[in-house]
Amino acid sequence: MAKQLYWEDVKVDDEVTPLPKVATSLMLVKWAGASGDFNPLHYDDSFASSQGVNSRIVHGALKRQWLVQLMTDWIGEQATLKKFSCRYRAMDWPRKMATIGTPEEGETWYCKGKVTKKYVEDGEHYVDCEIWIENGKGEVTTPGTATAILPSRG
Amino acid sequence: MLPEEVTKFIGQGAGATVAEVEKGAIKRFADAVDDANPVYWDEEYARNSRYGSLIAPPGFFGWPAKLPRGAIFQRPTDVSDAAESRGGLGLALAKAGYPRGLDGGIEYEFFCPVCAGDILTVKSVIKDIVEREGKTGNMAFLIVETTYHNQNGALVAIARATSIQR
Repeated sequence: MAKQLYWEDVKVDDEVTPLPKVATSLMLVKWAGASGDFNPLHYDDSFASSQGVNSRIVHGALKRQWLVQLMTDWIGEQATLKKFSCRYRAMDWPRKMATIGTPEEGETWYCKGKVTKKYVEDGEHYVDCEIWIENGKGEVTTPGTATAILPSRG
Repeated sequence: MLPEEVTKFIGQGAGATVAEVEKGAIKRFADAVDDANPVYWDEEYARNSRYGSLIAPPGFFGWPAKLPRGAIFQRPTDVSDAAESRGGLGLALAKAGYPRGLDGGIEYEFFCPVCAGDILTVKSVIKDIVEREGKTGNMAFLIVETTYHNQNGALVAIARATSIQR
């Protein structure tokens, strides 16, 4: 497991360790099966096109979970994700598969974040973060916020 | 101004549904996200962690309890057990000029971890419905709050999901 983050190690404006992700048609099918969202908008290009979104789009809730992972990877196991929010501001389109297990060349998404506030409340050590997903063009498609309780070296 | 046929749904709730957080469902979920965290995958590792067992990623509450057999999908703003009331709201929103709903986003507050094998009681309530002016015309925001309690009666999480109706 990644190293543990301590409250004392964090400063306002610090970067949350970026998490790269590649959305693929394969991943969207897995997500449909795991989440129970079988809307064909996310796996059928002609249906998606009839809905005015060109081709299949990435589930908002999958992007939400990428951002959850961004936080849980960064804060480490001894920390607790306390609050989380995100908005599905813009659509994202997955890469198609080139082979059975590898995607075509294309976009890589980056989940990113930065610390906006650091404080102690009722004896707990908190950090607030701004978090977001950038598409391959560097545009933010999914902005959000997160609050975590970190362990303290005391 | 939203008509009373729409706003009368604010505060309306639903009966509780129950979701079992199965180990296999946790792994399938973590796999779909491509999240290799051993607390979702490795039983022995998880047993020796602060959690004492495999846990679910924050945001996973078991296979969606609200999903009826044969359903294609359900938005987080759909209200469990209140098919009638939700259906009525859908019709009322359509009549008010907002026939289509889009998943707008979600907020979570987490109170305790969800462990493999937990049985969660899931309750949703229509928290608010507000109209706002947008660049491309008016929109209605439907906010549904869902609470999750575990088998010990502990509050696990609160989710507030927004559907943008146009």
